[in-house]
Amino acid sequence: MLAALLDNVALQIMLVGALVGIASSLVGTFLVLRGTSMLSDAIGHSIVFGIVIVWLLTHQQSGPLQILGAALTGVLTVFLTELLVSTRRVKKDAAIGLVFPVLFSIGVLLLNLYARDVHIDTHTVLLGEIGFVWLDTVTLGDYRIPRSLLSMGAMTLLNAAFVVLFFKELKLATFDEALARALGLAPGVLFYGLLLLTSGTAVAAFDAVGAVLFVAFVIVPPSTAYLLTDRLWLMFLYGIAVSIASSVSGYALAVAWDVSIGGMMAVMTGVFLMLAFLAGPRYGLVAQLLRRRGQRRHNEIRTLAVHLYNHEGGPEQGVENVIRALREHLRWDAAKAGRVVQRSSDRRLIVREGEALRLTPQGREMAREILDPSGRSSA
Amino acid sequence: MNVVELLSDYTIQNVVAGAALLGLVSGVLGSFAVLRQQSLLGDTMSHAALPGVCLGFIIAGTREIGSILLGALATGALAALVMLLLTRMSRLKTDAGLGITLSVFFAMGVVLLTHIQGMNNASQGGLDAFLFGQAAATLRSDLWIMGGITAVALALVAALWKEFKLVSFDPEFATSLGLPVAWLEVLLTVMVALAVVVGLQMVGVVLMAAMIIAPAVAARQWSRRLEDMVLLAALIGVAGGVFGALISALSRGLATGPLIILSVSGVVLVSLTLAPERGFLWEAIRRVRARRRLRYQQVLTTLYRLAVHHADPVYRSEQGMLDTYHGQRTRAVLRQLMRRGLAEWCDTPPDEPGPPRRWVLTPAGIAEAERVLAALGREDL
Repeated sequence: MLAALLDNVALQIMLVGALVGIASSLVGTFLVLRGTSMLSDAIGHSIVFGIVIVWLLTHQQSGPLQILGAALTGVLTVFLTELLVSTRRVKKDAAIGLVFPVLFSIGVLLLNLYARDVHIDTHTVLLGEIGFVWLDTVTLGDYRIPRSLLSMGAMTLLNAAFVVLFFKELKLATFDEALARALGLAPGVLFYGLLLLTSGTAVAAFDAVGAVLFVAFVIVPPSTAYLLTDRLWLMFLYGIAVSIASSVSGYALAVAWDVSIGGMMAVMTGVFLMLAFLAGPRYGLVAQLLRRRGQRRHNEIRTLAVHLYNHEGGPEQGVENVIRALREHLRWDAAKAGRVVQRSSDRRLIVREGEALRLTPQGREMAREILDPSGRSSA
Repeated sequence: MNVVELLSDYTIQNVVAGAALLGLVSGVLGSFAVLRQQSLLGDTMSHAALPGVCLGFIIAGTREIGSILLGALATGALAALVMLLLTRMSRLKTDAGLGITLSVFFAMGVVLLTHIQGMNNASQGGLDAFLFGQAAATLRSDLWIMGGITAVALALVAALWKEFKLVSFDPEFATSLGLPVAWLEVLLTVMVALAVVVGLQMVGVVLMAAMIIAPAVAARQWSRRLEDMVLLAALIGVAGGVFGALISALSRGLATGPLIILSVSGVVLVSLTLAPERGFLWEAIRRVRARRRLRYQQVLTTLYRLAVHHADPVYRSEQGMLDTYHGQRTRAVLRQLMRRGLAEWCDTPPDEPGPPRRWVLTPAGIAEAERVLAALGREDL
């Protein structure tokens, strides 16, 4: 099976794409829930600095120590940002936007200066080259395994282990930080651990998708999941599902249209998000609109029932309880009045007798309940 | 190359003028964005300009700056609207909305970019330079367009100055005055896209965020009024832009965008540290001074209280006892008191045990201690 995988370039690319998505959404879920998604943008950009420095020092990029070293730049970014915020001179959003461009700029200038020594050009920095991951391999036993596959696989396992081991703590720190601190869980340390893993994932994914597309893999699948469910563990499952689906469909479309594979995978995460945004079962736009329309219709029926009930048996009944009166007294136009009458009689709340409208016993019961919910005056 | 030669070089003139225009427009518009806490919206809009650049190229069929900038303006503004739609119409928060729009629009740009490269259009060359900017390729005709956009943006700010000011600081009050607050906010947001468009050529889509934020943050350190802040931000933007562009021109091969960003960020660092009132340095000095003053008063009143308790105005206090009482060394403070003539370091009479020299308040020291205690409002000792 492994041999089959290693012969199949398409499968390798899709697998790397899916692993980037899975590893990222494991940590991204907590970033999205905590409202700190834009830290992934800052981390994605500033690791460029770390990667260049580590490359210049060790002339290697994908070893565990190299990944850790470059990942520390990401943590440094967050630390500097929080330092700036703590001085109360700069708001959080401005602080993020001040720190990462500086590190990113230094990284790019170093690339300019040492262009001959560094294997990455500024183009790859932003876009990655997921289509070429199968070219860069390491030999393990009898197999030649793509380097990206190894490092992304390791990061995925690491992130999964972190989430599983600290699930309870992370959950508490995310939803009730004060309680977590009171229980002695050190949510700050936990959060920095999460950010270190995010940076590590960014470094490992750098060759494949670059600095900016990484942001899509971190934020978009968890956000899609957030639109679909309220359960944390389901969020992970949906996030992973979106990552795999984006990777496969993105690869297929990219090959069909001859465009960037990583870019198309990231676009597909956006397509799935749009689907969830429009058609999600509870929080989707369509579901919201349907729910609102149902409520409006229900209110119209109730209004009609109360109107008929108020004038029932009185001297004005002949004038009030006719369709024509709805137009003047409830300010409904003819079409709307007709629709509401139709729906009410479908539910057997009223009956039409020529022009006149009469409540059925159920309709009368409904109106009585609306006007006197506790049932006191009828006693 | 000396300065005169440098400034008479056609390319360098263009680069410097372009950088100045960028600094001007992003300083002014960035001030509003930073005050309204929309700093990162600039980041999102600039990344989202990439698909517009590509669409502009595809529609025009050539690298024509007008249609490229128009495309960038359109998708940048569209991204801001999508971001608003996502956060207003669903449970996603602002940060997620920003990140989603930024990354997905950028990804669309990447896809379009590779699509164009696949078209084998000879005039596509250097389209991906919009990622980091390509200041050196700025033409005189580009400058006219950038200048025109800057003029439009500045004219809008001047015409709607009072309205923008009110919307930035007190939107509720603006609403109560009957101003179209929602429209003004949309206008301010879309105008950031104008700054982004001017910056495309100079610093590229990726670093534009800092160009919007940095001059405004630096200017805020030195000013308390919006008028001063906007003027200063424009000035800092222009200075940083020109400086970065000149360095880049002098050192062939270093990208202009990052150098401009680093120069402006340098101004931010200096401003955060050194600006009067709001600078870290002054705050640190103020804090040290306050702490020293407090310590000084504490030791002085301790000596005074000891004298009162022993009903002896020239009561001799031991150094070791004072150290223990304050939980730290007090010798430096006592020496300071001595220099000011408030305390004396005098000999212990030979018949008393203990250290040979002790501390005694002078009459001036007693008066000063009483003044400090009175100022604190403490009559009980």
